[in-house]
Amino acid sequence: MLSRTADHLFWMARYMERAENTARILDVTYRLSLLPQSEAEVELMWGGMLKIMELEDAFHVRHEAITPEAVLDFMIFDRENPGSIFRCLRATRENAHAVRGTLTSELWETSNETWLKMRDFTLAKMMESGPGAFFEWVKYRSHLSRGVTIGTMLQDESLRFIRLGTFLERADNTARILEVKYLNLLPGAEEDVHTADYYQWSALLHSVSAFEVYRRVYRDQITPLRVAELLVLRADMPRSLARSMKEVYSNLTRLSNVRSAETERLAGELESHLHFGRIESIFEGGFRKYLEDFRDRIFDLGCRISDDFLIPTTA
Amino acid sequence: MAITKFFNEMTADDGSVRAHYAAYAAWLSETPAERIARKRAEADSLFHRFGITFAVYGEESGTERLIPFDIIPRIIPAKEWSDLEAGLRQRVKALNAFIHDIYHDQEILKAGHIPADQVLNNAQYRPEMQGVNVPCDIYAHIAGVDVVRAGAGEFYVLEDNLRVPSGVSYMLEDRRMMMRLFPELFARHRIAPVEHYPDMLLHTLRSVAPVGVTDPTVVVMTPGAYNSAYFEHAFLAQQMGVELVEGQDLFVRDDQVFMRTTQGPRRVDVIYRRVDDDFLDPEAFRKDSMIGVPGLLRAYRAGRVTLSNAIGTGVADDKSIYPYVPEMIRFYLGEEPILNNVPTYMCRKPEDLAYTLAHLPELVVKEVHGAGGYGMLVGPASTKEEIETFRKYLVANPEKYIAQPTLALSNCPTFVESGVAPRHLDLRPFVLSGTEVQMVPGGLTRVALRDGSLVVNSSQGGGTKDTWVLEA
Repeated sequence: MLSRTADHLFWMARYMERAENTARILDVTYRLSLLPQSEAEVELMWGGMLKIMELEDAFHVRHEAITPEAVLDFMIFDRENPGSIFRCLRATRENAHAVRGTLTSELWETSNETWLKMRDFTLAKMMESGPGAFFEWVKYRSHLSRGVTIGTMLQDESLRFIRLGTFLERADNTARILEVKYLNLLPGAEEDVHTADYYQWSALLHSVSAFEVYRRVYRDQITPLRVAELLVLRADMPRSLARSMKEVYSNLTRLSNVRSAETERLAGELESHLHFGRIESIFEGGFRKYLEDFRDRIFDLGCRISDDFLIPTTA
Repeated sequence: MAITKFFNEMTADDGSVRAHYAAYAAWLSETPAERIARKRAEADSLFHRFGITFAVYGEESGTERLIPFDIIPRIIPAKEWSDLEAGLRQRVKALNAFIHDIYHDQEILKAGHIPADQVLNNAQYRPEMQGVNVPCDIYAHIAGVDVVRAGAGEFYVLEDNLRVPSGVSYMLEDRRMMMRLFPELFARHRIAPVEHYPDMLLHTLRSVAPVGVTDPTVVVMTPGAYNSAYFEHAFLAQQMGVELVEGQDLFVRDDQVFMRTTQGPRRVDVIYRRVDDDFLDPEAFRKDSMIGVPGLLRAYRAGRVTLSNAIGTGVADDKSIYPYVPEMIRFYLGEEPILNNVPTYMCRKPEDLAYTLAHLPELVVKEVHGAGGYGMLVGPASTKEEIETFRKYLVANPEKYIAQPTLALSNCPTFVESGVAPRHLDLRPFVLSGTEVQMVPGGLTRVALRDGSLVVNSSQGGGTKDTWVLEA
């Protein structure tokens, strides 16, 4: 397959996944902001979210004060913000457009239709029906796109580059979602859950579609340690870091070429840490530091995949 | 010259419906207007969803527009098509023979049938191709010949497009759309299928692979996603199951072309290129081309890769060469031309220029190297000022122009805002030449949507119709 084609497929999938997870992060933050609390706390929460998305500075160039509406506008509709859902869906569509001949017509049409519809949304329209309905829409378009991908694409290299993009992005994004919540948690506080916190943890679980899963798996009350275990180490949880890395590794080994041995080794190493790791020992070293380190390694893998397959430097 | 009467594709002069349109006309009259309106809206939204669009130059970058699609088909009876097809095959054979001759022995120039300077000083003549042998001696593997019907219904060839003719994807998509919207019509008519065009194209491209290559790798080369015909490039690559490449995906090493893949370099044998000659190779042609492949001409001249169409085919479809095509048919094939040529005044000749200047209000004046309906004057449809402006161009650079009588292009009922009204149309069938010459029955019918307009180009607001060739 052409390297450029693989590059477009990989990024098409990453941007779609990013749009979905941005909707999820905004959704949980929005839900949490509705809980009874002071305005300062609400501002702190939105600000923390921007920080984790690494968009704090960009936001303040465009807006002075952090208000829910300003952040939603910035994160959803802002054409200047490369991380906005608008920009992610446009990039998804542009990448799909560049390789539309490689996609099944159904997959191309799905991405094209999502983009056409996105252009019709406005902040006012969205607020009127509630941001929740919009976040649902984004998630369902992403579900549809993934379903059409799996249901129609030939199981060859192109599908693997798409899957690789999806799971590499998801690994990064789930780590960020966890960071949003753990940002203000003090060391040693992981075991205590106050009643007020219950809503925060359940909102986090809802945001990654894991609330019911948690109940099924643990059949017990919600504790931060178990939430972390579920989203980091449980390979049967589809949005966990462990599951994402299993998919990254297995797709990568099947794409293997003469240059990619070291990249495969690093991915395998990260995967096996998650496979054999224990949440208690992860917490001992500090959970936030663990997540940051994890994201650095994901970033490094992304660069290596690009060098090995997508934009090879040598002819 | 006042034009009063046009040939109507659907109805005869006495108002009766022509036999080959009878079943369709009956269907149209019995189908409720609301259903038609609903189907037309559906067609629009489907074309949008499928992203069957073309990019418009000169507007905000990345602007994409739909080509308007009309649901009343252009129907051609079997006998008319077989004559037309024979004429087109004959014409393209002669044109390929001409290009081969020009880049080899130039017999036709030696015999004095065409003035040598007309050919050799033409900007489209590529000296780099002199003496280069190409597989099967075929240069124009894909030709899209523009045909119109005029007068009492006879066909004229307007232009032979032998460089990178486009439009075939719309032929296929229009058919797919009609079958989706009105399946019942296909039960009522025996309509010759066209869907196998991509297969035929792939077969043609494989048949002209470099000598000695048994299982050639074919690719489609596009200038990129912002090119106006990008949809078609992607569509054809997908339908043929081959890679769609850009210049940056290819490189030349030891006169062999490779593409950069995820598994390392892979050899490329046949390039169906939708990039103009000028931009193909910055080492040989325009230095500033960002979409070409350095060294491509070298590989091509060494016979290690086939370019389709060949470099230098423009020397045969240039408007200043067009008047000589009937002569080519006689010279190379020893046959009389089946299809008519439009009488053409070559303004570089003083007597033709004088005639043109004296008859501007009734003539169509075109730039010799123009395309896409840009830079032309349609005398009868122009204001005095427009005519006077063009007169100045003509006097200043007569060699840049040709003039032709304004043909009374046939028309066909078409949906417009005010209802159904006749609109002028043309037809672009595609002729494929490799080890054999092949055609699918049909082509792209373009229709001028403005009342009275004779310009059908999509860049000028033209639309398309499905084209039905009826089986005998």
